[in-house]
Amino acid sequence: MNQSSRPVALAVRGLSKRFDRPAVDALDLTIYGGEFYSLLGPNGAGKTTTLRMVAGLLRPDSGSIVVNGIDALADPVSAKRIMAWVSDEPMIYEKLTPFEYLEFVAGLWSIDGKTAESRAGELFGWLGLAPHAHERCESFSKGMRQKVALAGALVHDPRLIILDEPLTGLDAGSARQVKNVLLERVRAGGTVIMTTHILEVAERMADRIGVIAGGKLIAEGTLDELRRQTGTTATTLEDTFLTLVAEQAA
Amino acid sequence: MSYSAALIWLAGHELRLGWRDWVSLMTAGRRTRMRTAVVALIAFAAVMHLIAYSIVARYANTGVFPDKATLVAVTGTMLLSWSLLLSQAMESVTRAFYTRSDLDLILTSPFSARKVFAVRMARIAASVTAIAMLLASPFINVLAVFGGIRWLAAYGVVAAMGALAAAFAVALTIALFRTIGARRTRLIAQIVAAVIGAAFVIGLQICAIVSFGTLSRFAPLQSEWLIAHAPEAGNALWWPARAALGDALALAFVAGMSLAMLCASILIFAGSFGEHALAAAGVSSTVVRQRRWSRGFRRGTPQRALRRKEWTLLLRDPWLMSQSLMQVLYLLPPALMLWRGFREGIGASVVLVPVLVMAAGQLAGGLAWLSISGEDAPDLVSTAPVASRRIIGAKIEAVAGAIVLIFAPLIVALGFIASAAALVAATGVLTATAAATLIQLCFKVQARRSHFRRRQTSSRIATFAEAFSSISWAGTAALVAAGTWLAIFPAVIALGILAGVWTIRPRQP
Repeated sequence: MNQSSRPVALAVRGLSKRFDRPAVDALDLTIYGGEFYSLLGPNGAGKTTTLRMVAGLLRPDSGSIVVNGIDALADPVSAKRIMAWVSDEPMIYEKLTPFEYLEFVAGLWSIDGKTAESRAGELFGWLGLAPHAHERCESFSKGMRQKVALAGALVHDPRLIILDEPLTGLDAGSARQVKNVLLERVRAGGTVIMTTHILEVAERMADRIGVIAGGKLIAEGTLDELRRQTGTTATTLEDTFLTLVAEQAA
Repeated sequence: MSYSAALIWLAGHELRLGWRDWVSLMTAGRRTRMRTAVVALIAFAAVMHLIAYSIVARYANTGVFPDKATLVAVTGTMLLSWSLLLSQAMESVTRAFYTRSDLDLILTSPFSARKVFAVRMARIAASVTAIAMLLASPFINVLAVFGGIRWLAAYGVVAAMGALAAAFAVALTIALFRTIGARRTRLIAQIVAAVIGAAFVIGLQICAIVSFGTLSRFAPLQSEWLIAHAPEAGNALWWPARAALGDALALAFVAGMSLAMLCASILIFAGSFGEHALAAAGVSSTVVRQRRWSRGFRRGTPQRALRRKEWTLLLRDPWLMSQSLMQVLYLLPPALMLWRGFREGIGASVVLVPVLVMAAGQLAGGLAWLSISGEDAPDLVSTAPVASRRIIGAKIEAVAGAIVLIFAPLIVALGFIASAAALVAATGVLTATAAATLIQLCFKVQARRSHFRRRQTSSRIATFAEAFSSISWAGTAALVAAGTWLAIFPAVIALGILAGVWTIRPRQP
């Protein structure tokens, strides 16, 4: 499908945030419905700050954020209803079980109990959490916790899923399960925006890739488009990414 | 490195860690606050010396060989203090077992684990003693200034009490490990520590209520019956008291015995310390399956989900529960007094009302911190489609619900003997709860629930405001219950505290 004919899932315009120095600087970003978008950048480039602003965790200094046609700054509650956020550090409640955690999330999103329970069952199955659904999370490894956090993010069936380094610290098996679930959501029409330092993941999974440095989007497109932008014969995303970042630094 | 050099190096390392831990506690982890912390400590020391002057200056000229009544009072006070020291030492020992930190490094290093843990146990004794000395110093200094340098011997007694407390704490905790295992020890040790800390005070108060109809814990220590039945002044039982009064021989004996007991405890238990610490480290990886009353997802609003989550987390964390409910232990004597009043028609309401209000304020402060600041999944709650005022509202309801659950039975019981006092108590409890919650809201921070113990140092203003607010509301309630218009003064102070807190609250980003 032509991109211009697809609905816009996320439109960010002139987004800025300054801490000691500008973290995000007049950033424009458009992500379409049913797209897997990967946001790459060196450490401190402004990826996490951008995503935290989109998720409603940080108030931008200026700019606009529109999620599925909803102005997220003017009506954050409506925007949050269709979004989900997963960070690199799984924040879950140690004393709750995955079942109870998802029940809590369903309560927060006011999802009907039966619907949420049915989705929770599916998610537990896909993520390999079913045997541990009634065990307290305190004994879980980081990978398990991340899977619980992801299940929590998906139980309310969000249209836009924002993930900040979700694969950090996961073993190969867990990473595969998480990737499969995310791809499944995209196939079902959901939109995923994800930051990652694992360039191979972005290369394999993303429909489009955005490269951010110094708080600005310095390149965007499919892998082929990015290669063309660099004007090099680089074959991997890693080479392309390093060339783009080096050009920006120069 | 020679054996002794290695031990000295290790002791230095442990002391450095202890010092940094203490500095971090005082400055809430921000080194830039060091100067403020030093100024605050000096001011605190000055105020403590003034308080000590008003309490003990008149006893400064008590002789080295006093009468039985003095010996009973001094010994009772020492036992009271020692029970608190033992409680503190048990808390430290338990924390040493359950804090993983450098355990892996220690146990994989070529250094003998036994020696490392021996030094660590000595450090616990040193830190307990240091805190005790710090708290006792205003009283000892005032006595020394007005009664002569012989009173400085009391420092030696405090050190001996610290060493003895550490020795007992290690023995008790190891005994718990051996009898009930690593999983249960953490909770039970915390409860035992809390009970030990409160038991003697509560015991004395219960004695005072039963025998004298008063809440004063010193009443039994001054009773004629106890003094008459106490051993003669020459008895060895009084040696610790004599040592505190400046008897050099008694001091040598008490200090020597305590040090010997500490050394024996270290020698006996250092070997098994590492073994139990390893068992404790494995506790978190033990699987706990949770049974549920309902099999499916329960329906509910976001507020209900938040309230349920808060209560579930509190109920499932016995450590937090014991920490929060410690204040409730102090409600036992008033409850007994209430019971006596109920049976015998004694007018205890004026005494009970402020106790209930004070306890509610303190408990609400702790619960409000857990609910408002101690959010382990802040991103989840912040990204939920719920307005922040509703989230805060639900969390406040969770705090208020817990307070009502705990205090309602006592207030209802009070209502049977004095309905007006019960009404005042209920209003006071709710007001103190609201005030403590408001203070916690103003000084909201982002922290993990496990950092509960450090909440008092993360914002000293909030801590002091919470304490003074509870005291002021308790005073107001007491004066209203007594039927005097003077109640207006503490009420104005309480409102002033809240206004001040609101004015200087840090702006949320």
